[in-house]
Amino acid sequence: MVTTSPDARRARHVAEQVPDPELPMLTLADLGVLRDVEVTGDGTVVAGLTPTYSGCPAMAEMRADVAARLRAAGYPRVEIRTVLDPPWTSDWITETGRRKLTEHGIAPPGAAPRGPVPLVLAPTRRTVPCPRCGATDTEETSRFAATSCKALWRCRSCREPFEYVKEI
Amino acid sequence: MSDDHVYMTLAEGHEDDSRWAFGTGFEDPLHGVDTAVPEGVDAAALAADCVALADDALVLAQRLAEWITRAPELEEEVALANIGLDLLGQARLLYSRAGQTDGTGRDEDAYAYFRDPADFRNVRLAELPREDFAFAVTRLLVLSAWRLEHFRRLTAHPDPVLAAVAAKGVKELTYHRQYAAEWVVRLGDGTPESHRRTRTALDRVAPYLGELFTACDVREEVVAVLRQVTEAAGLPMPAYRPLPGSGRDGEHTEHLAPLLAELQSVARAHPEATW
Repeated sequence: MVTTSPDARRARHVAEQVPDPELPMLTLADLGVLRDVEVTGDGTVVAGLTPTYSGCPAMAEMRADVAARLRAAGYPRVEIRTVLDPPWTSDWITETGRRKLTEHGIAPPGAAPRGPVPLVLAPTRRTVPCPRCGATDTEETSRFAATSCKALWRCRSCREPFEYVKEI
Repeated sequence: MSDDHVYMTLAEGHEDDSRWAFGTGFEDPLHGVDTAVPEGVDAAALAADCVALADDALVLAQRLAEWITRAPELEEEVALANIGLDLLGQARLLYSRAGQTDGTGRDEDAYAYFRDPADFRNVRLAELPREDFAFAVTRLLVLSAWRLEHFRRLTAHPDPVLAAVAAKGVKELTYHRQYAAEWVVRLGDGTPESHRRTRTALDRVAPYLGELFTACDVREEVVAVLRQVTEAAGLPMPAYRPLPGSGRDGEHTEHLAPLLAELQSVARAHPEATW
């Protein structure tokens, strides 16, 4: 991270507060999609954003939101750069982000797999605690939900359906 | 904003780059990424690879999108649409990379909407008609298993942009393969009717396997996956005689042209439109 100058730190702070368009309880910092924020010699703020999924339609939204917030904060020249490498992983969702997700009834992801993921066909026993009642008697109802990054689960204890941010 | 037509008003330029609706105002998905082609990389070959891989993704995404409102359950519709969206995202990145490297400077829309069927380089398996759900998941299993292994190799590509797109795609394709494999097992190991349909689907995709392995030889890995899935599903491994020709050479079935006609109709009717 190259946020050395006070100006860059301030710009970073502004960009960090932008809410995610799909998960508005999270800021872009909570989600871990904001990369380096620098201020160049001529006062241009250069901010790096990384997509969660290749097809995430929220990416253009984030880019526009960050640029607008920075301009409103007194930075007339803003450049948003897409950063592809290394690819985003759900491990970058901060502890604060995980807590906020749970508070909003969304189960946070577990640890992302490292290295190649083999195809496993036998039923896998995984425990995703219900974000509402904490019970572990839960089951997956759909691997994909309203967005690519979430799956649908339900709690057999409190009977509530809930979303679950997938490990990736 | 004097225009009293509401849509015209919305479509006018807005200050501060704010977008008037979610999903509009698309810009280059590689915006701000270093576009240089490393020394020693053949730019034309790199562009051709990107176009071929983008075409596979775009055409399959369109076939998957056809399931919207037609899937057996809402959850499956959502799953197929999400998988299609991942592929569309991969296609956008790859088309943008092609435009940076083939010397034309074309944007993603130019590749998707303004090329004719003979210019497409997708493998033919992607363009085959929708058929039934058994065919949808069987085709998805084969194509996602193949693309996953292909992308794994591309993560070591000397072009950092293609390597990064591949590294991202590997994570997505892992979910696609898992979804498709579970359905093939469920259908193969289900009722006599679902078994019969899945078997028919395997026979339909089998002749197109050779074309995939010519495009990227990951036969061993893909066959291992197919063996694992068919064994769990109680289905026979498909035997096949490869069909001659390849979509990679611009040779297509009669099914690609109608697919593209639908995909491209709006963009071609309004070539100056922005969204």
